[in-house]
Amino acid sequence: MTELALRASGIGHAYGRQTALSDIGFSLPAGSRCGLIGPDGAGKSSLLGLIAGVKTLQQGTLEVLGGPIDQRRHRASLYPRIAFMPQGLGHNLYPELSIRENIRFFATLFGLSRTQCDEQMARLLAATDLDRFAERPAGKLSGGMKQKLGLCCALIHEPDLLILDEPTTGVDPLSRRRFWELVERVRSERPQLTLLVATAYMEEAAQFEHCLMLDQGRLLAAGLTADLAASTASGKLDDAFTHFQGGSARQHVPLEIPPLAISPETGGEREIAIEAHDLTLRFGDFTAVKQVNFAIRRGEIFGFLGSNGCGKTTTMKVLTGLLPASEGSARLLGQAVDAGDLATRKRVGFMSQSFSLYGELSVRQNLELHARLFDLPKAESQARSQSLIERFDLGAHADDQAGELPLGLRQRLSLAVAVIHRPEVLILDEPTSGVDPAARDDFWRLLVELSREQGVTIFLSTHFMNEAERCDRISLMHAGEVLACDTPAALQAQLGGDSLEEAFVHCLEQAQGDTAVSSELPAGTSTQPDNPRGFSLRRLLAVSSREGKELRRDPVRLAFALVGALFMMVIFGYGISLDVEDLAFAAFDQDNSTESRAYLEAFRGSRYFAEHAPIHSPQELHRRLQRSEIKLALEIPPGFGRDLQAGRQPQIGVWLDGGMPFRAETSRNYVEAVHLLNLQRMAEESSQPTASAEPAKLEVRFRYNQDVISVNAIGPGVMALVLAMIPAMLTALGVVREKELGSITNFYATPLSRLEFLLGKQLPYVALSLLNLALLVALNRWLFGVPFKGSAATLALGGLLYVLACTSLGLLISSFTRTQIAAILGTMIITTLPTIQFSGLIVPRSSLEGGAALMGNLFPAGYFLDIAVGTFTKALGLAELWPKCLALLGFFLAFSGLSLLLLKKQEA
Amino acid sequence: MRQKLAHIFRLGLKELTSLRHDTVLLLFLVYAFSVAIYMPAAGSLLGVHNASAAFVDEDHSQISRRLAESLQMPEFQPPLMLSHDQIDAALDSGRQTFVINVPVNFQADLLAGRQPELQVNIDATAMSQAFMGAGYIRRIFQSELYAYTQQSPQQPATLASRALFNSNLESGWFLGVIQIVNNVTILAIILTGTALLREREHGTLDHLLVLPLTALEIMLAKVWSNALVVVCCTWLALELIVRGALGVPLTGSMPLFLGVTALYLFACTSLGIFLATLARSIPQFGLLAIPVIIPMLMLSGGTTPLDSMPVWLQNLMQFSPSTHFVTLSTSILFRDAGVSVIWPDIAALAGIGLAFFLIALARFRRTLAA
Repeated sequence: MTELALRASGIGHAYGRQTALSDIGFSLPAGSRCGLIGPDGAGKSSLLGLIAGVKTLQQGTLEVLGGPIDQRRHRASLYPRIAFMPQGLGHNLYPELSIRENIRFFATLFGLSRTQCDEQMARLLAATDLDRFAERPAGKLSGGMKQKLGLCCALIHEPDLLILDEPTTGVDPLSRRRFWELVERVRSERPQLTLLVATAYMEEAAQFEHCLMLDQGRLLAAGLTADLAASTASGKLDDAFTHFQGGSARQHVPLEIPPLAISPETGGEREIAIEAHDLTLRFGDFTAVKQVNFAIRRGEIFGFLGSNGCGKTTTMKVLTGLLPASEGSARLLGQAVDAGDLATRKRVGFMSQSFSLYGELSVRQNLELHARLFDLPKAESQARSQSLIERFDLGAHADDQAGELPLGLRQRLSLAVAVIHRPEVLILDEPTSGVDPAARDDFWRLLVELSREQGVTIFLSTHFMNEAERCDRISLMHAGEVLACDTPAALQAQLGGDSLEEAFVHCLEQAQGDTAVSSELPAGTSTQPDNPRGFSLRRLLAVSSREGKELRRDPVRLAFALVGALFMMVIFGYGISLDVEDLAFAAFDQDNSTESRAYLEAFRGSRYFAEHAPIHSPQELHRRLQRSEIKLALEIPPGFGRDLQAGRQPQIGVWLDGGMPFRAETSRNYVEAVHLLNLQRMAEESSQPTASAEPAKLEVRFRYNQDVISVNAIGPGVMALVLAMIPAMLTALGVVREKELGSITNFYATPLSRLEFLLGKQLPYVALSLLNLALLVALNRWLFGVPFKGSAATLALGGLLYVLACTSLGLLISSFTRTQIAAILGTMIITTLPTIQFSGLIVPRSSLEGGAALMGNLFPAGYFLDIAVGTFTKALGLAELWPKCLALLGFFLAFSGLSLLLLKKQEA
Repeated sequence: MRQKLAHIFRLGLKELTSLRHDTVLLLFLVYAFSVAIYMPAAGSLLGVHNASAAFVDEDHSQISRRLAESLQMPEFQPPLMLSHDQIDAALDSGRQTFVINVPVNFQADLLAGRQPELQVNIDATAMSQAFMGAGYIRRIFQSELYAYTQQSPQQPATLASRALFNSNLESGWFLGVIQIVNNVTILAIILTGTALLREREHGTLDHLLVLPLTALEIMLAKVWSNALVVVCCTWLALELIVRGALGVPLTGSMPLFLGVTALYLFACTSLGIFLATLARSIPQFGLLAIPVIIPMLMLSGGTTPLDSMPVWLQNLMQFSPSTHFVTLSTSILFRDAGVSVIWPDIAALAGIGLAFFLIALARFRRTLAA
């Protein structure tokens, strides 16, 4: 009996209340090849994720390469033996990094030495023919090249189990062929390699000796491919799948397409519905669409065939007016395409590649909303929606939320929405990708009906050959160019080959001049990777250097981080000031005597006050305060001079604007100070004996900042504000962005530990934030002239700890949020209030009360503010500030510890 | 025209339905309009409020005790008694803002008329309290000392100050309203900006752009639905939190204030859309939003007085809608100012909003589809 690579029984998996897999059981011998087929949402990716150890096993037992996958020790020993390539074109690659850098990164994670890595890389790059592009960033590769690079990254550590999740979906047929040739060569060299592949192409699955069929989370059938295919008369895997779907599936009827009728009235040549003439579109120096020409007749079904990224979607966007053409022209229904032309848009229906309905609305609401947006009257909208619900067989789900429907149904709804206004032209961008074969046939029946019975022109894109064969005419597209355009039969005849796919491959080979199969995989010395179980500094540094490269290659983000910080420092340094100067006041002098004028003169001469036009009535006084034109008014009563002479103690009225209490208080203080000066002057001038001196002298000592200059205190404080927000925002997207983009899989599937991952991510941002700190200190010192009196080493230490704490906070937010929006919003909410209000920047922390005091204490900003102000203005050093430094260290450890707890090494 | 209005209406309804299903956002709305208003307004007041003070009493006399007791809430916390050698540490650490030193023989010297010296040490890095607190302490102590020595100040003229619109100068009033302004700003800009970028990433925006809708209709739908939600939240927060929990008597016209809030939202939503057309990805938007939003909050005159800023910055801040909104809020809610008084700010707000809106509109289709 051969050794088993996989043994599964009773596996179940659920996301919340939604069941993804139930009761899966099968086994697979080592060294075998197995295809996994089923429509989107069947649970293929979940199953592969479980086997790769990327997802946590919830139910059942699963043994991978001789041990249970849910045992931590065994899983850790498996990382170097399994290679996992997740779904999507290059989703686990780093688009900013070059091919070489990507491979090196993976090699380091798997503990390969530099020489081992270079040797292995040279072999793989030669075999995949990627060596010519080794320095090109992964983001600029074509779909096929991305997949080859993904394979190189997966094979760099010579695994025993290779798991590929739809590796060739959306890749052109030539690249697809090359891809499988490469896999075969690797297998011939490593016979013990077990291969498990999920695929949407039945013909690919048919090459493997084993097959698993999955539908709606259940295993329909498992066994030898030949046996399964033999269960139907045709011997085709497509039909076998529909057969195993059993009673629940619709009876399979072959699709009949009546020929395109030549309409009599135009006599042979039908009018042209869509036309492109030398259409070219460039993004910067990249040409996405190059001189594309075609003319589509009314009622025709025209297919665009090509790989992902070849320009299909872009061409469609130009036709719909979403993108302006750089050169050439496009005409739709006889009109030049114009983004502002609403009348033409009403005659066109568009279904974009991504699911573009409103998930929160029900099926009926979606239809009615669109009907109303196309200006159908209310009654007609309802009737039309109802008839479409019936025609498209959506009745059972009419009141379900669109976002919760299975993919096949959503595609039908999308089509229903696209035709709600009875368009003459339909533009469909990959309408059937990810839909199972039977549902695809249904969908095509609808298209045929629209085209043949209602004369709707249909322009669609696809990467399925069998769908292309159903079109009236197709155009083969590659790298932005149309290589050939004709009926499928004519193309096959013209280009040669047994099938349309062969024809396309020939066509691509001619276009690329790529005929030879790339060289043999050179024999390599067996690698002995060094995979330390515990903490590895090399892996940590690999993560850091990768993150650092990405940051350096996104100059916009770098600039926003640096310039934003400096900008805030400058305007807050000048702007947040509690110094009072030029207080706008006006006098309501009802006496107008020498004495009253002398009294007011003291205000006029002070730099703290600025006089506005005098007031003439109490109403005017009130109105001008209300308008905020003046901040205070001085009212001198009639007979002021006389009363003063007579010693009758006249009273001067000060009217303040209480709408801004702080300013009113400050103003009152300044008024009192000037008033005191006035009294002194009066005492000196008067012949009467001096009023008795104050009983005690109050000696006020303003410490640290004798002249009470705002910027001396605020300037260093602003550093705490800026360095809380920007570093946290930088790291807050660190983890969550990888989650959204998919490269988080590399963390799940490699020996990288949580600590290495988090600290590694943090380092570049800490470095950037320290640069920010240095710039802010320089601004304070030299632009604002804040004297630096204390210990620079303490400020540096405090700054380092603070930046560590804030970047950890960002990572913590990133670890528990699921979307980038939530992360941004969360960071903004969590940092704004405690830094602005509760850090002591404006109101001293010692006078905060209740929840405010608690929040101030539980946030690092206040502690760093004390360190910054302490070292700058208070001339302090570590001897006094060590408790604050310790607190910051505590925050860093606590935030990092929480992140470690919240970040899971496997997904749910 | 009627069709356009109907489109705007329907799309706006769609936005409201989406909002209802977004739990994270709803939670944020609740937080922003309750805790985030109440907490600062109740516990972090600008000015001499709950200031920390300590006494170093080397005299241990009747008068030194009387002086210590004279510092009272709400201006001062009950003073802490320290020994002479603790003064530096107390001020260095920021635990105490005011430390008053009563020297040996103070009472004896006072009664003998020798004008003894009373030392007040102030942490002058506590900008909002240092200067004003010195004035307070001087006033409180002198009257206490006059009373104790049974002298009365002989002043040729006296000063009577009265504050209009908020006679007790309660800063909680002001802060409560300012917090609403701040939260409205964050919400309006971040929400519209990220929502737009998300729609672009998910492709729903492409879908909208191929419908027979103009960019104007799409944007106006976003503006009215967001404005409706935020205006309702603002109204509830004013009634329940500011008037109810904080006990602020809001004298002004509520409809006028809510109308102005809607206008402010128009300006901020437009700004959010404009920023979203500048950023290419959500991380970039996040970093771009900080240096726009935070100055709008801090320099609008709501945190520190506008008059204290350099003139160039004051002029610059006239371009920020938040500056006008802060002025309008306090004018309407506290000073009960009518349209005849505040129209220049309303006009400025409308002008700024319109400018952002038009720029955003011009960039909308061009940049978002790319």
